[in-house]
Amino acid sequence: MTIGLEHYLVLSAILFSIGLYGALAKHNAIVILMSIEIMLSAVNIALIAFSRFIVPAELTGQIFALFAMTVAAAETAVGLAIIISIYRNKETIDANKIDLMKW
Amino acid sequence: MQNNFVWLIFLLPFLSFLVISLFLKPLFKDKPKLAGYVTIAAVAASFILSVVVLFKLLGAADHKLIVPEINWVIIENGVTIHLGLMIDSLTGIMLMVVTTVSLMVQIYSQGYMKDDPGYHRYYAAMSLFTTAMLGLVMADSLLLAFMFWEMVGLCSYLLIGFWFHKPSAANAAKKAFIVTRIGDFGFLAAIIFLYAHTGTFDIATLQNMAVSGMLAGSVLTWAAIGIFAGAVGKSAQFPLHVWLPDAMEGPTPVSALIHAATMAAAGVFLVARTYPLFEHSATALHTVAIVGGFTAIFAASIALVQNDIKRVLAYSTISQLGYMMLGLATGGVAVGIFHLFNHAFFKALLFLGAGSINHATQTFDMREMGGLRKAMPKTYITFLIAATSLAGIWPLSGFWSKDAILSQALDKQPIIFVLVLITVFMTAFYMFRVIFLTFGGTYRGKEHHLHESFSVMTIPLMVLTVLAVGSGFFNLNGGFSSFFGAGETHSILEGLFGIFKEPLPWISLLLAGSGIFLAYAIYSRKWISAESLGKMFKPLYQLFYHKYWVDELYEGIIVKKILMGGLFKAAHFFDTKVIDGGINTFMIQKVIVKNFFAGLFAFDRKGVDGAVNGVAGTTLAAGKTIRKAQTGQLQFYGLIIGLGVIALIVSVFIFSRV
Repeated sequence: MTIGLEHYLVLSAILFSIGLYGALAKHNAIVILMSIEIMLSAVNIALIAFSRFIVPAELTGQIFALFAMTVAAAETAVGLAIIISIYRNKETIDANKIDLMKW
Repeated sequence: MQNNFVWLIFLLPFLSFLVISLFLKPLFKDKPKLAGYVTIAAVAASFILSVVVLFKLLGAADHKLIVPEINWVIIENGVTIHLGLMIDSLTGIMLMVVTTVSLMVQIYSQGYMKDDPGYHRYYAAMSLFTTAMLGLVMADSLLLAFMFWEMVGLCSYLLIGFWFHKPSAANAAKKAFIVTRIGDFGFLAAIIFLYAHTGTFDIATLQNMAVSGMLAGSVLTWAAIGIFAGAVGKSAQFPLHVWLPDAMEGPTPVSALIHAATMAAAGVFLVARTYPLFEHSATALHTVAIVGGFTAIFAASIALVQNDIKRVLAYSTISQLGYMMLGLATGGVAVGIFHLFNHAFFKALLFLGAGSINHATQTFDMREMGGLRKAMPKTYITFLIAATSLAGIWPLSGFWSKDAILSQALDKQPIIFVLVLITVFMTAFYMFRVIFLTFGGTYRGKEHHLHESFSVMTIPLMVLTVLAVGSGFFNLNGGFSSFFGAGETHSILEGLFGIFKEPLPWISLLLAGSGIFLAYAIYSRKWISAESLGKMFKPLYQLFYHKYWVDELYEGIIVKKILMGGLFKAAHFFDTKVIDGGINTFMIQKVIVKNFFAGLFAFDRKGVDGAVNGVAGTTLAAGKTIRKAQTGQLQFYGLIIGLGVIALIVSVFIFSRV
């Protein structure tokens, strides 16, 4: 079996769906943050796969993925800081109970 | 031309409507009987003319009569709309059904509606209904058919709400009108769509286009589905079936004529009339078969547990109409219409029988009946025969048409065939449940003088009984099918007994027989207790008893939450505050104060300021409704974003293919 672009894309789609499910369905804010990381990884896989199979001479996709990882790391840091801050104020990190934006 | 007399068939009842409402009602108020006589005379004349038409059709070469048409609307360089009649075998059969049942019902009503203060109004509406229904079956263009279609809807509304002082009747009338309107919208859209593509309303031309392939592909499918949407509304197929059981609030003869034998069957007729459009689109035909088959078992399961005799009959009607749709989809016009033809007679008979029971007991609740066999022998015998016919017992009429539908379904839609085979069992069970609860056992109601109805009511019952027994024999030598240009002819004896060479009739008879036996065991012998059976299958019982909660779904979610909560509230606010505010102040101040400046001042205060405040208020009200979407739940927003992305992707896929 030769591994082609489709295989990478399917893997990416599966990972993305798992992450999306976690981000939408889990109650724990930290798990949600982890799920978002999974979604970002899925995107990185897709980016690199496209780059490898469509424009192999250039490294655009790989560089993009590196940027995405950097941004993801920063995002996690900020996200965790927000979660700690929320926990200090509300004594919970259950996403269902955090509804300050409600009408 | 010699065929011009055909116009009289529907003009005579219309004349009767005019005479009653313009002449008899104001001038002969103290002689209400006259209205009944006029209607009966007009419908009887239509009946005789219909018989003449039928015989002419039988004699004609291709079973068609040519009636000269009239140019109705001519627009320069544009549209010409004809008024014309299309008289073929389908029309001939429908004319017989409508005029026969209508005549019997009008005679019966003389007894049932005796001493009702709305006697004139009743017969005027019944005449108008007969006009519209006869017009509908003869119309040669979709536009004309649509006009009569709406007219029967109007008469149905008027007659369901006949006792409009009862809130339940008034609500039922509104419900029937609004629910069928949803389907009618599809029908109207299909008519306009077809006109945009072909430039004609003429049914025969459209049929030829469909046959020759000029009209094909998605255009044909969408047009057929639009027409079917109209049929779903009128014939109370799932999901627009909710109006028909409520329509039982009307007088019982109305239920017999309109909501069982004729108008409810108009949807089936419409599909039959435009059948070539369906025939050349597999998707449309599948849709019809699935909706019909599903409705058949769905409604039958609800009928199993209802306590109101008319509601059982109503759900039975919905179920049988589903059979007809399935028959049309699998076996063609002859099979579907044959069941319509038989069903019209025995179902009208069942309803009139229920009316006769109501006349004696003053109730429709079967828990308060029982033991009526001795008190009302004529009603009992006729009702029993009709129920046996509906259950599909050889050699009564229901057997023949049901068997034809079943065998066609087995050929073309084996999965649906299984569903309708179960329905055969259910049908026999619920009909005999009615029989044993109503006529068997001892009387459970309040102290009341039980008596047989007037002979003016029982004679129509007997006439209909003869038809309920005999109408199936029209197809014995293949006559009915060959009249529609299909099927082979047999000798009469072979037709009567030859059917038993097949295994299918044995299966359906066995199922019907076991249904009857189960009803006998539970409700007559009480070997099995109905209560413990209900407890055993409690979830199922609740599901059937509450009619699958479809009404609650429509009422609670769609009407209350979406329409009432948002749209209507804002509109009401705008209406009362802005429009009424403006108009009232302007008019009233001017009249009372009679001072122009005072009026102007008030107009400024209430009208202009009111408009400004009203706009603000409307915005506030809209905000109040819409802000509910802001739940503050982050994940809910995420879900909506995700769904939106999926919708975008799907639409890109769809539209990039076209």
